[in-house]
Amino acid sequence: MPEAARKIRVQCVINGRAATFETYPMARLLDVLREQAGLTGTKEGCGEGECGACSIEMDGALVNSCLVPALQAEGAKIRTIEAVADDARLHAVQQAFVTHGGAQCGICTPGMILAAVNLLTRNPRPSEAEIREGLSGNLCRCTGYTKIFASVVEACREAEKRA
Amino acid sequence: MGAHIIGQSVPRKEGRDKVTGRARYVDDLTFPEMIHGVTVRSAVARGRIRGIHFEGGIPWAEFTIVTAKDIPSKNCVALLVEDQPCLADEFVNHPEEPVVLLAHPDKYLLEEARRAVRIDIEPLPAIFTIDDSLAKKQVIWSEDNIFKTFRVEKGDVDSAWGKADFIVEGEYETAAQEQLYIEPQGMIARVDAKEGVTVWGSLQCPYYVHKALVRLFGLPKERIRVVQTETGGGFGGKEEYPSMIACHAALLAWKSGKPVKIIYDRAEDMAATTKRHPSRTRHRTGITRDGKLLAMEIDFTLDGGVYETLSPVVLSRGTIHAAGPYNCPNVRIRSRAVATNAPPHGAFRGFGAPQSVFALERHLDRVASAVGLAPEELRRRNFIREGQALAVSQVIHEKVDMGRLLDRALDLSGYYAKRKRFQEENLRSAIKRGIGFAAFLHGAGFTGSGEEYLASEVALEATREGRVRVLAGSTEMGQGTNTIFAQIAAETLGLDYEQIEILQPDTAVVPNSGPTVASRTAMIVGKLVESAARAVQQTLFKSGILKQGYGTKDFANACRQYIDKFGTLQSLVKYEHPRDLHWDDENYRGDAYGAYAWAVYVAEVSVDTRTAEVRVEDFVAVQEVGKVINPVLAAGQIEGGVAQGIGFALYENVVWQEGRMVNGQMTNYIMPTSMDVPPIRVFFEEIPYARGPAGAKGIGELPLDGTAPAIANAIAHATGVDILRIPVTPESLLSLLESVHA
Repeated sequence: MPEAARKIRVQCVINGRAATFETYPMARLLDVLREQAGLTGTKEGCGEGECGACSIEMDGALVNSCLVPALQAEGAKIRTIEAVADDARLHAVQQAFVTHGGAQCGICTPGMILAAVNLLTRNPRPSEAEIREGLSGNLCRCTGYTKIFASVVEACREAEKRA
Repeated sequence: MGAHIIGQSVPRKEGRDKVTGRARYVDDLTFPEMIHGVTVRSAVARGRIRGIHFEGGIPWAEFTIVTAKDIPSKNCVALLVEDQPCLADEFVNHPEEPVVLLAHPDKYLLEEARRAVRIDIEPLPAIFTIDDSLAKKQVIWSEDNIFKTFRVEKGDVDSAWGKADFIVEGEYETAAQEQLYIEPQGMIARVDAKEGVTVWGSLQCPYYVHKALVRLFGLPKERIRVVQTETGGGFGGKEEYPSMIACHAALLAWKSGKPVKIIYDRAEDMAATTKRHPSRTRHRTGITRDGKLLAMEIDFTLDGGVYETLSPVVLSRGTIHAAGPYNCPNVRIRSRAVATNAPPHGAFRGFGAPQSVFALERHLDRVASAVGLAPEELRRRNFIREGQALAVSQVIHEKVDMGRLLDRALDLSGYYAKRKRFQEENLRSAIKRGIGFAAFLHGAGFTGSGEEYLASEVALEATREGRVRVLAGSTEMGQGTNTIFAQIAAETLGLDYEQIEILQPDTAVVPNSGPTVASRTAMIVGKLVESAARAVQQTLFKSGILKQGYGTKDFANACRQYIDKFGTLQSLVKYEHPRDLHWDDENYRGDAYGAYAWAVYVAEVSVDTRTAEVRVEDFVAVQEVGKVINPVLAAGQIEGGVAQGIGFALYENVVWQEGRMVNGQMTNYIMPTSMDVPPIRVFFEEIPYARGPAGAKGIGELPLDGTAPAIANAIAHATGVDILRIPVTPESLLSLLESVHA
């Protein structure tokens, strides 16, 4: 315990910028992002990797930041919701969520959008079954998911048009 | 004047902030010098506190410690009555009862300190079931454990039984359900000599929290300020409990002199905060050979947990909805809410109606079968029509056509063909398919004279630039308050949607438009927004600055001229109860609600008889909610409510041990995921309601009422098993399947 309680220095790249933190090795990456980096767009819903509200991209993979110890972020490239829009221009997925009712209370939305963006990166034209599966780690209590599916489908269509 | 905005799916007002992560929820806020607070709870269901011990290894001198002794005025969380303490003093009455509050700058040390507080409690015998409470095995509340009873009488039930060709009885139960908003509850409080007490938090009802803080501190109203932060879901769960957390945070802030933040983790939130009341309903129904309802006797009981809180009101709505949208000449409903040593059960979307509607709609399928009628035919022969009276003797004056809703729902779901096909296919398959439905109504707004007492207010103000601000205490928690208020104001004033701003609910700024509950925001408060907008427009017309047929530029010019001349341009309107609505609270008769939403929902399920797993394969929701203000938001309300109803019917099972929820985690309390929901197909009939804004009625709670019974009826159709209790978990269904085949 005394060994683990000593702070370490973690260097990583967050949203395209180099960042350094002093933190406990087993501190949750979620807390480091929210409290030290001030990136409060990443939310905590359950703290045990079940709800996906804290989803972020780490080296291109979707992870629950509440389950990632800070030491694992060493050298990693991290993307949070704050870097999904390109300056003032919303990502196609974000725009679709606004237009098609994919967000209600908004607390699952950052994680849900990262999950959808990550899915479309891997699979630009997912079937409905693939969308359901791709978002199954992200819980939403407001929408019944129906408008979220519709938003993702619409985002694919838009992305094809933009391309 | 602009194009019509009512009826358009304009994007959600705060949508952009939500999709970019910029929306600020309570846990996203920090204040200089802010420290953190936690709650130490009883862990014993009932007992006498012998002592509180602060064990070794913790630098206690650094901590702010609050107990009941520190409370400046009345130790209660004021709501309907003042029976719930803010902190237990001599006795604890449920296993999550708050006893001690701690605050410290270091969250990690705080957690260690919480574990180092030992509350020494001498246990007393406790009760945990409706039966033990009714039998007065222990008397834990007042003289008889009963928070409230209601009795509804229509016609003469006692003399009707003799004329009935069939009498069908049944007993039905529903379990507790956790609201499970994804944002856990939380509050930040700041107390200073100049400003008094201010709290920021995730909440539905700013003026409920305000009332509780006034009572706790004994301060004048203007020294208490409550601000709603972006709220990550409520569903009733943030109706009354936020008052408790606000009181706790404020006590710690007051004693420490620093801003204090309390954020519940998921386990604490699930275990300690309110859930849907468990219920038991008994039905006795007399019916003629040709399927006409003659008599309904309904006995409805809710488990209220240990304090009264909102149980009388939940019981009221459940009671009034218990006999459904049917015309029955003789009805008796007796109901009661009883005390058990569990944390108080509370508001959850539907508010008592999902419990009693489940019982009724399941029961009517069994009645139909006893009479030898198809379930839809039984309903059709008894649906209420204009000019007929509900159980509370409310004569329906609105246009209502339940038969048409039923036809449309059965048609859209392919009901008849599937009913026939499944029966044949099921003979040859281990996977049994079934289709079932529920028909129901939901009253909008507070019951009876409730809206009259609330006397809600809304204000509107225009700026010199011709922008318009809506001031109301009604909260946005995802359901779309901001958006529909802006649509209503824009439509009334002939302005663009973008010209309307909705101010953040802050009791120092906005008037009290009542709580954001009871499907009342669109219909009741929306109408006040419309009236307030109309009043501003009239002011400008009367002053001669603005003429009919104006454009947005004319409006802006008029605002500038008016404000330059008179200083401000604003309106304040107050709810006026329609004079032709009468309610007799003594006999529980009369116009229970100004308007009802009407609906028929159809569920198709498959049941794997080897694993006893149920899947909802298709869902059709047809409803009449008056004019639909925003089709995307309205459909979103129904889809989300249906998903919660699927959870209520199949998955969401609170495991109790001595009054305590022991599966308070998202890993073992299961809500629907994206893999579990069927296509949810939503259809609206629109019959404008003369007293709603642009003709709208209430919508929010409706989908919780009919979803579970439709699914239960479908399971019964698929398997032939008599479903009397929800949730229908695989474990419970397996034993039912075994008993049928044994």
